[in-house]
Amino acid sequence: MTSPAPLRHKEIFPVVGLDLEHAGQVSTEVQRVLRRLGVEAEVVRRAGIVCFEGEMNIVLYTPGGRIILLVYDDRVELIFSDQGPGIPDIELARQPGYSTAPDWARELGFGSGMGLPNMEANSDRLEIRSRLGEGTVIRATFFRRRDEAAGSGGAAGA
Amino acid sequence: MKLREVAERLGLEFLVAADPEAEVRGGYVSDLLSDVLAHAEAGDLWITHQRHLNVVAVAKLRGVAGVVLARGLRPGPETLQRAQQEGVNLLTSPADAFDTAGRLHRLLAP
Amino acid sequence: MRLREVAELVGARFLAGEELADREVSAAFAADLLSDVLAMVREEGVLLITGTVTAQVVRVAEVMNLAGVLFVRGKIPAKSTVEYAAASGIPLLTTPRLMYETCGLLYTHGLPGAKRKPLPFEHDQPGPPPP
Repeated sequence: MTSPAPLRHKEIFPVVGLDLEHAGQVSTEVQRVLRRLGVEAEVVRRAGIVCFEGEMNIVLYTPGGRIILLVYDDRVELIFSDQGPGIPDIELARQPGYSTAPDWARELGFGSGMGLPNMEANSDRLEIRSRLGEGTVIRATFFRRRDEAAGSGGAAGA
Repeated sequence: MKLREVAERLGLEFLVAADPEAEVRGGYVSDLLSDVLAHAEAGDLWITHQRHLNVVAVAKLRGVAGVVLARGLRPGPETLQRAQQEGVNLLTSPADAFDTAGRLHRLLAP
Repeated sequence: MRLREVAELVGARFLAGEELADREVSAAFAADLLSDVLAMVREEGVLLITGTVTAQVVRVAEVMNLAGVLFVRGKIPAKSTVEYAAASGIPLLTTPRLMYETCGLLYTHGLPGAKRKPLPFEHDQPGPPPP
């Protein structure tokens, strides 16, 4: 048995609903933090994609929420929580192409129904808890495969 | 060039062959319905990643020669049914929108 | 193909990142829906051809390490978006041409399409593989 990996970094990012001017900035900020901490490039890329989708879900569909970034030696976690309407049918929402986006969002290039599928495809584990009228919490976990990318993770970008 | 021939030359598969003899005069690439409504021309072959049901209505309104879903995408049964009802040609291309458009452009260029 | 050649071929001008005009573009991807870009593009260094001009396009370019973004039909994003891209080192270009012509010209001059990335639903789809 190995002891649980210690938490190396925790950061909380507030997300404002319908703020399309700033939507997406948490994902790039999370990538910067992860690169600074020397997290493997492959995890940085996947976490950026998942964070972008999670962030856009909060911005487009809820009055607001927050994203918590947790960095451990063996994994990275992103927790998205909001006070939105909740997801009535999670299984349906996980299906590629299923979207409840209003027309205005579609015409801005959102709402292709790939949000949750993209989060699922790019994380190693995705847990969704939702209550109608109360909100949604999604936790995405990324396992760090440091033996494959040792030392090169922090090199890309700045 | 007839849509049937375009489909053969580009390796497109008909999902709904409402009128394979339709004349393809050009191409249009967009995933935004409002963009297609405003700018596509009759006889264009519309290449898109958009799977929304309203694709059929927009295609019908603009009188495009057909809709090509790129990247092997397949629409839901509702969209297929709607395309059949409205008489809209619906095809799928194994290539993505860039490649499909590139090959169509080369095929139609004089 | 370099960004500079892309610009010449389709008559585009740089809105941001002109100092990176010699950057190599590995492939191209044309789309308006940003989640499709996230779902379908696998490699880095891809040129995104799009009609979407929201601030999020630049965020996606950053997250995906794209070579740059080429806006079609003369579209130009908001000033704040252009400024952010310039500060972040993300080249933005705009061409008066339609997306169809833009794809056609770049394809004809040898720019390849982005490599296929399995979509989230493809592993559990029993249908026949594409030819």
